[in-house]
Amino acid sequence: MKELLDDIDRWQAAGTRVAVARVVDIEGSGPREPGAAMAVNEHGEVAGSVSGGCVEGAVVSEALAILAGDAPSRIVTFGYSDDEAFAVGLTCGGIIRLFIEPLDW
Amino acid sequence: MYARLRQLLRDELPVVLVTIIDGPGIGAKLLITADGVAEGSLGHPELDRIVTRDALAELEAGRSGIRHYGPEGQTTPEDLVGTPVVRAFIETWAPPPQMWIFGAVDFTAALGKVAKVLGYRVTVCDAREVFATRRRFPMADEVVVSWPTPLFERRGNTLTSRDAICILTHDPKFDVPAVQGALATSAGYIGVMGSRKTHSKRLERLAEVGVTQPEQLERLMSPVGLDLGARTPEETAVSICAEIIARRTGRMAPSLRDGHGPIHT
Repeated sequence: MKELLDDIDRWQAAGTRVAVARVVDIEGSGPREPGAAMAVNEHGEVAGSVSGGCVEGAVVSEALAILAGDAPSRIVTFGYSDDEAFAVGLTCGGIIRLFIEPLDW
Repeated sequence: MYARLRQLLRDELPVVLVTIIDGPGIGAKLLITADGVAEGSLGHPELDRIVTRDALAELEAGRSGIRHYGPEGQTTPEDLVGTPVVRAFIETWAPPPQMWIFGAVDFTAALGKVAKVLGYRVTVCDAREVFATRRRFPMADEVVVSWPTPLFERRGNTLTSRDAICILTHDPKFDVPAVQGALATSAGYIGVMGSRKTHSKRLERLAEVGVTQPEQLERLMSPVGLDLGARTPEETAVSICAEIIARRTGRMAPSLRDGHGPIHT
């Protein structure tokens, strides 16, 4: 989160809405620890990262849907487990869970 | 609440942000500072109280992760029967680890740069004010013109197992008090630059001032760094920082290719 502050400041100063995605859980091999964060503004600009580049594209889509009000703040899972198989996976084979929400607090 | 979090992070103060990520009250937040004072609410005073207690423990341990509660702070399995589950993400920010570098030399500038990349708060200390200048070490968070002993007396007790001390002078009149001061702290890593010959002479001088306990001397990493064949100050800085990581994780630091099993555990 710390490394996102300057970009978020800039976006908020321009009146741009921002969503934040934070890694809340990883299983198995995962490139980033819980707390790794990425911010997406309503124009699709990005700061930070939550994986080694495997899921960032999908996170942008999710974040934009949440900012547009098409989806609620929620946990999004990437990777493979018995009951969840998302189209986007981690090349390292792990599972990563993100909480994505608008920065409106 | 974000504005307050931002300020605490900028000031590098310890803080915990708890967010309900699933269950009743999703998105609700509690911001807790190291003194246990909380701002916001997760929706029930008892839940706030229990989570604050857990959050402070996580902050102490420097961990972030998910915990489960009942909506009124229930934690035991029998109390949780028949209640919805609140999943709370407890995210902690501890102050950055410290690296104290003694000796204002070329290796210091290179080590300071690599240490900053790794997130350390870097202090450079040397008694010679001509060399210990901000201009020579712009990457350092602070440059202290001092002999080692006063710095250790003033702030040695702030160093913990997360922190590193690197003594890069080869000058015995600076080295010996720096090593003495370092051994009196709880720093997790103490690296001392110099060849094997320099180190054995240093051990003689340390013995003269009464530093002889093997379990203390065992803490000194000298010659400093992993055996990467480093030559330049920059390569040496990488080898020192790699050694710090390997000591912390308890690895023997072989190449990943030559090992087995998952690369993250």
